[in-house]
Amino acid sequence: MSFLSIRGLSAVVKGGPRLLRSVSMDVEAGEVRGLVGESGAGKSMIGKAVLGILPRSVEVVDGEIWLDGVDLLRMPPGERRRKVGAVAALIPQDPLTALNPSRRIGRQITDRLVDILGWTRADADRRAVELLTEVHIPDPTRVMRAYPHELSGGMRQRVLIASAFAAEPKLIVADEPTTALDVTVQKQILRLIKDMQAQHGTALLFVTHDLGVVSKVCDSLSVLYAGKVIEQTSVREFFRAPAHPYSAALLAATPKYTDPDAGLHPVPDAVIAAVRAEVEASEVRHG
Amino acid sequence: MADLYRVTDLRLSLADMTKKPLFGAAPRIEILHGLSFGIARGEVLGIVGGSGSGKSTLGRVLVRLLEPSGGKVEFDGQDITHMSEDSLRPLRKQFQMIFQDPMSSLNPRRRVGAIIGAPLRLHGFDDVTGRVARALDHVGLPRGFRDRYPHELSGGQRQRVGIARAIAMEPEFILADEIVSGLDVSSQAQVLNLLSGLVRDLGLTLAFISHDLSVIRRLCGTVMVLQQGRIVEHSATADLFAAPKAAYTRELLDAIPLPDPDQVWA
Repeated sequence: MSFLSIRGLSAVVKGGPRLLRSVSMDVEAGEVRGLVGESGAGKSMIGKAVLGILPRSVEVVDGEIWLDGVDLLRMPPGERRRKVGAVAALIPQDPLTALNPSRRIGRQITDRLVDILGWTRADADRRAVELLTEVHIPDPTRVMRAYPHELSGGMRQRVLIASAFAAEPKLIVADEPTTALDVTVQKQILRLIKDMQAQHGTALLFVTHDLGVVSKVCDSLSVLYAGKVIEQTSVREFFRAPAHPYSAALLAATPKYTDPDAGLHPVPDAVIAAVRAEVEASEVRHG
Repeated sequence: MADLYRVTDLRLSLADMTKKPLFGAAPRIEILHGLSFGIARGEVLGIVGGSGSGKSTLGRVLVRLLEPSGGKVEFDGQDITHMSEDSLRPLRKQFQMIFQDPMSSLNPRRRVGAIIGAPLRLHGFDDVTGRVARALDHVGLPRGFRDRYPHELSGGQRQRVGIARAIAMEPEFILADEIVSGLDVSSQAQVLNLLSGLVRDLGLTLAFISHDLSVIRRLCGTVMVLQQGRIVEHSATADLFAAPKAAYTRELLDAIPLPDPDQVWA
C-alpha cells in the first residue's frame, strides 16, 4: 500500500454543504503530489483531514485515510495525534500568523521535539541550529534567540520549513506555502522545499492554486472541483494534454509572460456547468 | 498628448520607528529616492517590484494619500505635491483607487448600492441611483446586486464592486493596487478582461501595481520596474519583455514559474 492512501473521503460542513465528495488518492513515499483547484474546491481540506486539523465545523462522514499502514479515522484521537505527530508535519501558508509572536524562534522549532518526541533540550537545540543552517539562515544561533517580528517574510517561511522537517517526517502537507511571498523569494523558497524534500526523501502534499508552481515542484497532481477529484495524473502528462475539459480550461486561464495572449481566458461558463453537472451526477450514484 | 501626471524628482521619507531612541525624534528613512516620470492620458502603466520596493508607496503618493517630502507631483497641470486636504477634495473625484483586498475595503455592514453610492453623495453628484446602476452594468454585475452585502459575494464579484465604486465617479485616473493577486486564475482573467475593456470604453488612465509580470503583460502598455525606491527600468511593455534592460527585471522574469515542466528554472 502507498504511504498515504485516501479512500472515498467525504466531508461536510455540519448541517451544511458537502466539502469533499468521495476523494481517493495515493501518495507514495518520497512523491510530491500537487492539490490544485479554485478557492473552495476543498484542496486545503484534504491536507487538514490527513493531519487531523479540520475546523470544528467540518465533519468527516465517510472514508479511510491510511497513513503508514494504519487507518487514521479508526484510531482513538490521542493515538491518532501521536501517529500523525510522529510521521507528518505542516508547512502553513502565512508565516506571520503561524509563528507565536511572543516566543523565541528556537523554542518554536524545538517544542515538538521535546514535548511530543521526548528529546532532551540540548539535543533539540543542536538539531534546530543544524536545520536553520540547512534552510540557509545566516547566523542561526542568533536567530534561535530572535522573535518572529525580527525576521522578514522569507526568513519566517524558512523557519517554518526547518520546523516542519525537524522530526524527519515522512509526509509534509504544504498549504500554499508561497502565496504570501513575492516572486523572487517564492523561487528561493520553492527550491528550498524541493531540495529538502529530495534530500530527506519526504513525501509532499502540495496545496496550491498556481499551476506554474505545480509544474516546478510536483511529480503528480490531483485537480479538484467542488470537493471532487476530477483528474489525477503525472505533471508531465497533465501539461502535455490535460484530460478533463475543466483542467484544460484552468490551464488556459493561467497567465504566461512569454505569451501575451495566454491567460486571458476565464473558464467558460459551459465548462463550469458541465463539471458541476458531472460532480452532482456522481453524488446521486454514490448516494 | 499632454501628460496627465508629471512627476519630478519625487522623494518620500518616513520616520524609522525601529531605530527611534527612547527620547527624541526617530531618524528618517527614505522610501522613494527621486523618481521622475510622466503618465500620458489613456496610458495603462504597470508598476512592478518586489516587496519593499516602494510600489504601493508610489501609488499612494499619486492619489495623495501620502504627502511627498521632496520633488513635485503635477496632476492635469496642477501642482498637488503639498496641496491641502481642502483644496484636494474637489480633485479627489478625478483620481480613484481600487484596493487589493475587497473584503477589508468594502464596509461589511452596508449594501453594495450604498457602498458604490457613498462617494457619489459625498461629492454631490446628482442621480446617484442611476449612476450606481450604470456602474454595476459596466462591471457586469446584475443591478439587483445593489441590495446584497459584501459577504454574499465571491472574491471576483467583490473586486468588481470595488471597480464599480471607482468608475462611478467618472474619474480621469484609477490606481489599482494588486487587485487580482487574491483571486483564482479564472476570476483573475475575468477581472483583467473587464479592466482592459473599461480602459478602452471609458478612456481611463490606469496605474496598475502588481508583483506579477504575467498580469502586467496582459494589461499594460508601459511598465515601470522599481527596486528599493528607484526606477530601474521604464519602457514599453513589448520592449521590456523582448529585451529587459535591467538585471533586476531579468531576475523578476526568471523567477516566475511558468506552467510548463520543461522551463529551465535555474
